[in-house]
Amino acid sequence: MSGNHTQPVFRNGLVRWVDDRLPIFTIAYNMVGPGYPTPRNLNYFWNFGSLAGLVLVLQIMTGIVLAMHYTPHTSMAFDSVEHIMRDVNWGWLLRYAHANGASMFFIVVYIHIFRGLYYGSYKPPRELLWMLGVVILLLMMATAFMGYVLPWGQMSFWGATVITNLFSAVPVFGESIVTWLWGGFSVDNPTLNRFYSLHYLLPFVIVAVVVLHIMALHQFGSNNPVGIDVRKKDMIPFHPYYTVKDLFGIGVFLLFFSAFLFWAPNMLGHPDNYIPANPLSTPAHIVPEWYFLPFYAILRAIPDKLMGVIAMFASIGVLFLLPWLDTSRVRSANFRPIYRVLFWVLVLDCVLLTYIGAKPPEGIYITLGRVATFYYFFHFLVLLPLLGKIERPLPLPDSITKPVLPRSGGLAAQPAE
Amino acid sequence: MILAWRGTLATIGLVLGLAHAAAAAEGVAVPSRSWSFDGIFGTYDRAAAQRGFQVYQNVCAGCHGVRFLAFRNLLDIGLDEETVRAVAAERTVVDGPDDGGEMYERPGRLSDRWPSPFANEQAARAAMGGAYPLDLSLIAKARPQGPDYLYALLTGYHEPPADMAVPDGLYYNAYFPGHLIAMPPPLSDGAVEYADGTEATVAQMASDVTYFLTWLAEPKLEERKQTGIKVVLFLIVLTALLYAYKRRIWADVH
Repeated sequence: MSGNHTQPVFRNGLVRWVDDRLPIFTIAYNMVGPGYPTPRNLNYFWNFGSLAGLVLVLQIMTGIVLAMHYTPHTSMAFDSVEHIMRDVNWGWLLRYAHANGASMFFIVVYIHIFRGLYYGSYKPPRELLWMLGVVILLLMMATAFMGYVLPWGQMSFWGATVITNLFSAVPVFGESIVTWLWGGFSVDNPTLNRFYSLHYLLPFVIVAVVVLHIMALHQFGSNNPVGIDVRKKDMIPFHPYYTVKDLFGIGVFLLFFSAFLFWAPNMLGHPDNYIPANPLSTPAHIVPEWYFLPFYAILRAIPDKLMGVIAMFASIGVLFLLPWLDTSRVRSANFRPIYRVLFWVLVLDCVLLTYIGAKPPEGIYITLGRVATFYYFFHFLVLLPLLGKIERPLPLPDSITKPVLPRSGGLAAQPAE
Repeated sequence: MILAWRGTLATIGLVLGLAHAAAAAEGVAVPSRSWSFDGIFGTYDRAAAQRGFQVYQNVCAGCHGVRFLAFRNLLDIGLDEETVRAVAAERTVVDGPDDGGEMYERPGRLSDRWPSPFANEQAARAAMGGAYPLDLSLIAKARPQGPDYLYALLTGYHEPPADMAVPDGLYYNAYFPGHLIAMPPPLSDGAVEYADGTEATVAQMASDVTYFLTWLAEPKLEERKQTGIKVVLFLIVLTALLYAYKRRIWADVH
């Protein structure tokens, strides 16, 4: 763990020579090699960090090649995407992998986040690790939003119009901010150009924050399903145990990804985005990509525009405060009987928000959206602070290898049963 | 653990399913049909796509463009090169400027795109009484349930309900959103004389032109599905090996 990095001995002379002058092999040894001790009881929910890293790399690789064939101009963007689909060798694979890859990134990251919520991975001493993760989520959202604008279809254009217009809710400076974002007086070529530039830049910013996220992770090592601090004898080296487990997870994940990529590549997109952008014709329903639907539902749940925008940003902002909102000192929900129920209620609440976000704001959907939005904040701002005071956690085991819960196979206590 | 996974998978399924259903629930419910390009091994029925091209050429092409169709693409639905060269040569393409600085017209070549029937949207609207005939290159992907919708629309010109007034210049269609469409019923029995002798009923032509337009919207579908099968077979073997390897490495921990 922290501070006690070991100096490996390399047998290969060339490796030794390089490592003396530039310790890349020592760093790798201590980051993902035998020099990084890891709790032995991590379950498969701990695979999603490496999966997120994999998808980030895939997105950057496919994106760089797509950028070689794409034209960021309002009169050519749509056609250049079709050129990629029809005339570029394997262009269809690159584009579908990139578009579906964005959805995969969010699926993986959302599971990663909910894993953190369930096992209390945000609690001391991992607060900054968690907060850096929330920064990554925000950067991902900005990147995905701008990427969706680039094909310049109807949803690209109208999504960009709706989202950028949110900033007009800012008092006094609202209109000026929107004009500044657009680079003009409507979403047009300057907007497309800057979104393209930023869409290329932000992934590398994400890489930088991921490096910080991993540095913070290595300071205290992984949390674990039991949620207690791990003794040295219950640690196993990251390599080969978790390298091979992560590789197996990558295989399973790529199979899941393939199902969308090869057989339903447009299922997660909107048909309207195959209609070229037309500023004179507004689609009947403007819907964001599925991974933004919960936030869209929160935005629309509040009747006041400014308050809606604030609520939407606050729904992420509240995650920054989570390490201090949750007053319980027990990390894992396995030992928190009430929190464990509330966790699943929160999951359902987020599913409901997703559903509401895809529906037109009328009738029952308005009421449901408001209730679900209220509950989302109620969970974080009221229930969590109170729960730490009133909940009686189950007795914690001495070590991760001696669970006090009745065991039904496997090493660790069973989550969520 | 197992339960937690089931919960996770159910949640993913629920989220994606709900988002998808909510997005697709716009407009009128369209009956779903079965197509040769459905399913894991789906391919395009070449004969149907060729007949559909004939329908497009004889019925739709007067008003609707297909700007992403290059003549050479027609080789992919099984038309031979001689036929395609002849199809291209029948169309007039504007080229230039020549050495004198003038644009000139010439017969189409394999590398040309299908020329649009109108110079621009304004010219189309002026000629069509205000309505704009859409470009059909991507129409099969630009509507929910695209192929089913196209077939339903083309066969959906029924008598309007008694209480519905249909203004001049519009037509009742059971599947068009709002039911009033500016396009007159494009198909009538025998509108096309099929080269392969198939009887040209409205239903047959609607199905055939849907095959053609779906191919045009997604020309790499066969390559995609066939690549997918190879990739998935490879991944299944790789993942099984990794699992076995993982079990072996972890044997001393468990």
